[in-house]
Amino acid sequence: MKKNSSVVVDLLLLLLAITVLTTPAFSDLVLSKVERRIDVTSQIARVTKTLKRGKRKAKRFLVVAAFTNVLQPFPEKITQRDIHLVMLQESAQYLSPYVVESQSLSIKLPNARIESYTKLENSKVQGSEIKYGPYKNLAQYSYAPIVVHFESKAAFAVAERLVREIEVSHWGNVQVTEHYNLVHRGAQLKGEFSRLEYQDRPNPQGVSAFRHLLARLPPRAHSIYYRDDIGNISTSQMQSDSKKTELLIEPRFPLFGGWKTFFTIGYGLPLSDFLFASEGKRFLDISFGSPMIDLVTEKLIVQVVLPEGSKDISVTTPFAVKQSHEIKYSHLDIAGRPVVVLEKNNVVPDHNQKIQVYYKFSNINLLSEPLMLITGFFVLFITCIIYTRADFSISKSSAAYLAKLQWDEVLATLQEVQNIIQKCLAAHDKLEASLRDLSRTGDIQTCKATRKSTDSLLKDLSKELRPLLAALQSFPSASQISPKVEELVAKEKELQEKLMARHTTVVEGYEKKSSGRDIENRIASQQQKIIALRQEVDDLLEFIDEI
Amino acid sequence: MAALERIPPLVVASFLPHSLCALVIKYESVIHEFDPYFNYRVTQFLSKNGIYEFWNWFDDRTWYPLGRVIGGTVYPGLTLTAGTIWWVLNSLNIPLSVETVCVFTAPVFSAFASWATYLLTKGSGAGLTAAALLAMVPSYISRSVAGSYDNEAVAIFALIFTFYLYIKTLNTGSLFYATLNAIAYFYMVCSWGGYTFIINLIPMHVLLCIVTGRYSPRLYIAYAPLVVLGTLLAALVPVVGFNAVLTSEHFASFLVFIIIHVVALVYYIKGILSPKMFKVAVTLVVSIGLVVCLIVVAVLVALVASSPTGGWSGRSLSLLDPTYASKYIQIIASVSEHQPPTWPSYFMDINACFSPLSDASSFVVLYIVMSVYFSGVMVRLMLVLAPAACIMSGIALSQAFDVFTASIKYQLGEMSNSKDDVKEKISTNNETKDDASSAKGEKVAKERPSKKGKKKEREPADKPSVKSKIAKKKALVLPLEASIVALLLLIMLGAFYVIHCVWAAAEAYSVPSIVLTSQSHDGLHVFDDFRESYAWLSHNTDVDDKLASWWDYGYQTTAMANRTVIVDNNTWNNTHIATVGTAMSSPEKAAWEIFNSLDVKYVLVVFGGIDLNINKFLWMVRIGGGVFPHIKEADYLRDGQYRIDSEATPTILNCLCTGTNLSCKFVETDGKGYDWVRRTEIVKKNFKLTHFEEVFTSHHWMVRIYKLKPQKNRIRGKGKKLKLKTSTGFSKTAKKNPWM
Repeated sequence: MKKNSSVVVDLLLLLLAITVLTTPAFSDLVLSKVERRIDVTSQIARVTKTLKRGKRKAKRFLVVAAFTNVLQPFPEKITQRDIHLVMLQESAQYLSPYVVESQSLSIKLPNARIESYTKLENSKVQGSEIKYGPYKNLAQYSYAPIVVHFESKAAFAVAERLVREIEVSHWGNVQVTEHYNLVHRGAQLKGEFSRLEYQDRPNPQGVSAFRHLLARLPPRAHSIYYRDDIGNISTSQMQSDSKKTELLIEPRFPLFGGWKTFFTIGYGLPLSDFLFASEGKRFLDISFGSPMIDLVTEKLIVQVVLPEGSKDISVTTPFAVKQSHEIKYSHLDIAGRPVVVLEKNNVVPDHNQKIQVYYKFSNINLLSEPLMLITGFFVLFITCIIYTRADFSISKSSAAYLAKLQWDEVLATLQEVQNIIQKCLAAHDKLEASLRDLSRTGDIQTCKATRKSTDSLLKDLSKELRPLLAALQSFPSASQISPKVEELVAKEKELQEKLMARHTTVVEGYEKKSSGRDIENRIASQQQKIIALRQEVDDLLEFIDEI
Repeated sequence: MAALERIPPLVVASFLPHSLCALVIKYESVIHEFDPYFNYRVTQFLSKNGIYEFWNWFDDRTWYPLGRVIGGTVYPGLTLTAGTIWWVLNSLNIPLSVETVCVFTAPVFSAFASWATYLLTKGSGAGLTAAALLAMVPSYISRSVAGSYDNEAVAIFALIFTFYLYIKTLNTGSLFYATLNAIAYFYMVCSWGGYTFIINLIPMHVLLCIVTGRYSPRLYIAYAPLVVLGTLLAALVPVVGFNAVLTSEHFASFLVFIIIHVVALVYYIKGILSPKMFKVAVTLVVSIGLVVCLIVVAVLVALVASSPTGGWSGRSLSLLDPTYASKYIQIIASVSEHQPPTWPSYFMDINACFSPLSDASSFVVLYIVMSVYFSGVMVRLMLVLAPAACIMSGIALSQAFDVFTASIKYQLGEMSNSKDDVKEKISTNNETKDDASSAKGEKVAKERPSKKGKKKEREPADKPSVKSKIAKKKALVLPLEASIVALLLLIMLGAFYVIHCVWAAAEAYSVPSIVLTSQSHDGLHVFDDFRESYAWLSHNTDVDDKLASWWDYGYQTTAMANRTVIVDNNTWNNTHIATVGTAMSSPEKAAWEIFNSLDVKYVLVVFGGIDLNINKFLWMVRIGGGVFPHIKEADYLRDGQYRIDSEATPTILNCLCTGTNLSCKFVETDGKGYDWVRRTEIVKKNFKLTHFEEVFTSHHWMVRIYKLKPQKNRIRGKGKKLKLKTSTGFSKTAKKNPWM
């Protein structure tokens, strides 16, 4: 089990290489002074060693290492109200193949509450710090196991797997999406979970659960989201200023020991802050690890998605990572986007250093997708235009095709008929208007003149109508329509006659100088018929219109 | 040209619903309610495993230990549609997630639906108005908002489009459209059980046409291929299968199919015979026809009588007889969607019905009459009514606008023309005045019934008068002032309608029901408890753990938590549900035994105190009692009421659901055990659970999950004896053992 192993999982930073010391040729070397400081305020044990070699011309080495999984919860299972105790196993004396003249160890604990610790000579407690040593003149491979049992309130948040996808878009955005599989690696919860008890104490002394995590995102991060498989998670807060963006996220439920959860955070970053050019190449300069504070990642996969058409890709990292290449197909890709996949196990926040991804990319590629869309739509519209304009019938002599042609002709004729009828109706309106003018001005002559002109116009129109009607009757497919059209023409004729009759009556009335009421009475019956006829004509026109 | 001019507003009209529905994503783009989660899960399966796996999918994550054959029991239309969209998008390298596609299927199809409405209504103005109305009508929005991924989302489009193609075939008599119509009908059958509405309404219309003597070859072409092809295609859908010819919902169509053939034959013979011969033939045919009809009726009666429910499935029966459900099937009655609507919900949903209607074809009239009847019986069918109402009011509104604007135009022209044409004006005024007043009266009249929901009575009464009036209106013009005022009133009504719709969409229908909110003085509070507990379940329990909850939460649990459930929203097995109901309403020990026998490890209960109430409990008791007679509703009632205060019955206090829910933890929250919904103090406090343990409670206490404790070891007294016995036995055998 990983949990119980206190082996050195990761030797992180070697400010000065100690490889020199390990070579057997220097086995007579003496370390004059070794100081060790172990910081266990969080779940990660950070060890800082200062090594001094030689007496006069002392050479100093500084070794910083971070260990994960060295703090074991003890007891392994606690109830909700218990405090969280962890155990650290170490050696009070520095384990080395060389003689150490003087060495000391101090362990920095998160608080002063210490359950127990191995008491050796020269060991003392100072507040929240335990000090061992200094021990003088230690032999090679001397070892003095110690156990420190203390309370820890730190969140033992471990990402079992974290996938960071960094997608570069040359339209001005770097999109980062991070998928977390989170687990609480502290002491497991024993017995039931009582929400009441949990809510009763807003600031519990023993933290068997943690509520939130803090992510420190780069400044000017935008479009931040926080969700999981089943939707948005509404419990997050964001604070941002010019130097950083802080995102405080709360998982859907408080994480007790052994509980797991999954979530995704995503944010966009301005491209200009992270993409630079050098020697004809571009390079992306972005941090490697998770932005979460004090998060241990067991397996980190960073996928850098470069724009389609990038070439000559190379990566520089400050530490060793496993590299591979993939292709990702995203929005409207044809060739796919090259993806650099970097994998690393046991990542701690100290790994949050910049990595550089170098690649070549020409700006013309930027336009390929818009051009593709434009071409696509253009072709679509052109096809539509051609399809509607061109005649695609296979056989020019088939019955259906001929029928269609004939039907088109019928429709054209109908259109003409309609036009003529409309003209007739317009003429009628003119006649009416002349009557109104008459009632206003009493000018009989103009009225008569109008009537004459309309008369001739109507006659012309009916002449025009005749061949059309004949043509319509000759079409077999118009057999359903032609009676209607004939009816329409007949009705129109009737209407015309009635109008004329009324016109004559009114004009006669004016000529005879009879009173308005008299004329009104005389034409009343005609008036009604005219209205009815007009209505019928309108209805028929509408019917034809619908065809 | 006219056609070209129509295109932009139509585009607007079809984009409107989409934008409206997308805009009302109030919280996030998430799937709503319960059933959509099931559809979402099915779509996920489809997109992951392909169509063949989908047809054969036996789902072992639900109805444990029975399982459910999903492929054969779902209407696949919606799932296949969304799956196809997803597949097409992904093959074009547009990486949308299945969830996104599912969320936006409904809005996209609402755009299609309003386009289909435009086609169905015909006439530019009326069609556009109807399409715009449909885009906004709240009862349709309730099913077409983003996230409402339910069958109805695509079914309403299919319904309207089928009707459009039917009308189109009727008008053109083209076999091409008839075939398309059958395919559209097939799509409808694929997507929704409501297809029976089509297959009953169209025959009814055909019958109406025949009775009114409007039989034509076009009618035959519109109907006969639909029945033949449609039935064949419908039988291809696994969930329908042979029901397409066996259940009596479809019999009406077959009967009319026979009738239309008889009528066609009669017309044919009439055509080739002289009138005299025809009379002879008629007597012959009538006599033979009667015999045939008698035989058919006899066969039908025999068929219907031989099937247990008289050939009608339960839900259809509950449609015809509104009291059927509450009498016989508790589950159907317990689904609120299946209950008769309250009259206010009519006002809420169909505000659109201000309509003097014009030349509505007989089909649309029949459509609206039938849908009004059915929606009166079942709330869910309000959906079917919505398009009908929209079409009607679309026609009416555009007609009214036509009249008013035409008269304004005319009068303005007149004004510039002449001033002293008094006589004529007087004569027109005299007539228009009463016309205007009657129009106003009508408007008042038409608003009132829509509020009361008495559309049924109004419909036939209005029509004839309206028709004659419109004929008059064409010849006459309204006075300028009146028409301007009326126009303004209409616009105001329209504006109110839009405001109402947007309000309804935003407030009532865009809440995804898995997220609740409350507004308090210090801002908006989000209650995301359901997802919180589903997330907990999915990450912190074993993949194969079984979870018992009341069936409402079944679909969500399988979709969001991916855990096996005992019962879910597909209420197909009453006994199973009754078992869970019994367990929920039993004392702790009995409940433990039932759950243990079902291999259940966790029990999810919705906490009754703060937000929801124990109304569900009532149904648990009833449904449980329906199958297991030892659960008696009377035991839980005091004075005909469920009480949990000092007068509560002992049975209710001892039972699991209320026990865990109410008594147990309330005491601890405020020390008194106070039920906030009922404002009563719960009598039984300090409840200690012995067979269950609380493993999770959500932030606002809405969902609580209990774990079944493992069986205890034998208690001391018995255990000692046993130990003694075994130890002695062991020693004896040890002695006898020759190998030692």
